[in-house]
Amino acid sequence: MWPRFRPVAERGLLIEFADQIGDAAHDAVLRLDRALADAPFPGFAEAVPAMVNLLVTFDPLVTDHRAAEAHLRGLLGRGTAGAAGALREVLVCYDDDLAPDLPEVAARTGLTAEAVIAAHLAGDFRVFMYGFAPGYAYLAGLPPELRLDRKPAPRRGVAAGSVIIAGGQCLVTTLTMPTGWWIIGRSPTAILTGDAARPFLFDVGDRVRFRRITRAEYGAAP
Amino acid sequence: MTARFRVAFAGPHVTVQDGGRPGLMRFGVPASGAMDRKALAIANLAAGNPPGAAVIEVSRGGLVLDCIEGAAGFAVAGGGFVVQAGGRRLASWQTGGIAAGEQLAIRPGHWGSWCCLAFAGGLEAPEWLGARATHGPSGLGGGRLAAGQVLQLSSPRAVEPRRLPCPVWARPRQLISVVMGPQDRFFSAEAQADFLHQPFTVTEAGDRMGLRLSGPALPPEGALAIPSEPVMRGSVQVSGDGVATVLLADHQTTGGYPKIATLLDDDTDGLAQTRPGDPLRFQAVTPEAAVALARTRAAAVGRYLAALQARPAEPLSP
Repeated sequence: MWPRFRPVAERGLLIEFADQIGDAAHDAVLRLDRALADAPFPGFAEAVPAMVNLLVTFDPLVTDHRAAEAHLRGLLGRGTAGAAGALREVLVCYDDDLAPDLPEVAARTGLTAEAVIAAHLAGDFRVFMYGFAPGYAYLAGLPPELRLDRKPAPRRGVAAGSVIIAGGQCLVTTLTMPTGWWIIGRSPTAILTGDAARPFLFDVGDRVRFRRITRAEYGAAP
Repeated sequence: MTARFRVAFAGPHVTVQDGGRPGLMRFGVPASGAMDRKALAIANLAAGNPPGAAVIEVSRGGLVLDCIEGAAGFAVAGGGFVVQAGGRRLASWQTGGIAAGEQLAIRPGHWGSWCCLAFAGGLEAPEWLGARATHGPSGLGGGRLAAGQVLQLSSPRAVEPRRLPCPVWARPRQLISVVMGPQDRFFSAEAQADFLHQPFTVTEAGDRMGLRLSGPALPPEGALAIPSEPVMRGSVQVSGDGVATVLLADHQTTGGYPKIATLLDDDTDGLAQTRPGDPLRFQAVTPEAAVALARTRAAAVGRYLAALQARPAEPLSP
């Protein structure tokens, strides 16, 4: 029986819409997230959308699990189903030194490097969730022909702005961090925008398209 | 008037922290903030600051500051650290003053892992997303302290020296209250019973992101493919080999490991003050009991903080 409400300590509920990743479950997560943003309950603290579930936290001095669940159940089914998020464009340069794993991705998928690039550019991505580190937005929608398991061993010190893929997902890194995903390009588009009014480029649910730029354009980006 | 300090020595994980930046987990940003938020509030209020103002959070690595200009009052609270100012030995929980030419040293003492040093008057530090708390993995925010760095106070004030009582709830907590779940269903009845009835030990593998425990193996069943989902400060996540880690202030915001239980928020501060080798036990409470416990504890902390602010400064005898 979905959704399931599970208590999280004294200050939260995890609302699960499925136990397997799928568009219907994710749509339901976003619907409840939006409905809650429009109609928060007294003591509501924070909502965190993920693949198949939504974490809702609250102030236990003000409310409790029962009151929060009653409010949230009243919001189910409200909001627009499958409401399209904004379309965001992310620039990417696929030149050799910025795309160290492109040859191996090509070899493993049986495609040429140019065909890998074309497939990536054809991807219609959607921001599924943020996680791991600030601004790490998991983009679902990687074309099936590019789906690979992660690398056997992570690479250390991967530069911020790296465009990385694994499984059915793509991600543009924001920090220099180790990663076991495949690095197929580099983007000058800042996900952490530095703009106080809109500090993150994407909202969860936004659609994302990649646009190819030359090495010269990459170097000239601000 | 300003006051300036040069960092003579800073151990690992000594950072600027404040009340944190809640509300941004949906963007991958944990709240961060002080590991022991009650110590943060106590040090700040004793120094005449707002309770969530920026402080220097000192780890077991310790901190030594040289005052190179001006003078400032300060307060220390959290842990049982050895505090020296201008060659004078202070109590671990105390207010005091420091002036140009003097040194302020905070070194690990008999107990505790985190000490808040609050200067009276604003500590200047970079702000990120509305807070000066440092996000450890990225270094964003107020930042990590490093030897040679100069710190500045924008409006230092003197503070009457007094001792601050260390309440029992600020001690390291070795009996930890949890609500089971939200993924306890991935653990056998035996593993759940082991979690609640067998002792655990705090290991050396701990930082502001989390604390790994040693204890009975808690093998998850059929949970290796669960979709990545939100986690929070206090989540007890169990990796595939059955090892439990409690997530703390700088936690990742999502994770694919099952969470056998979640600590009450207040217990994460008490856990943070334990040290490697300390024994731990978990006790399960119902969600309803957890809410009641949170309210009782918050009232006790509130009474302490109110008394701290109401009480006139008591000068120490020399």
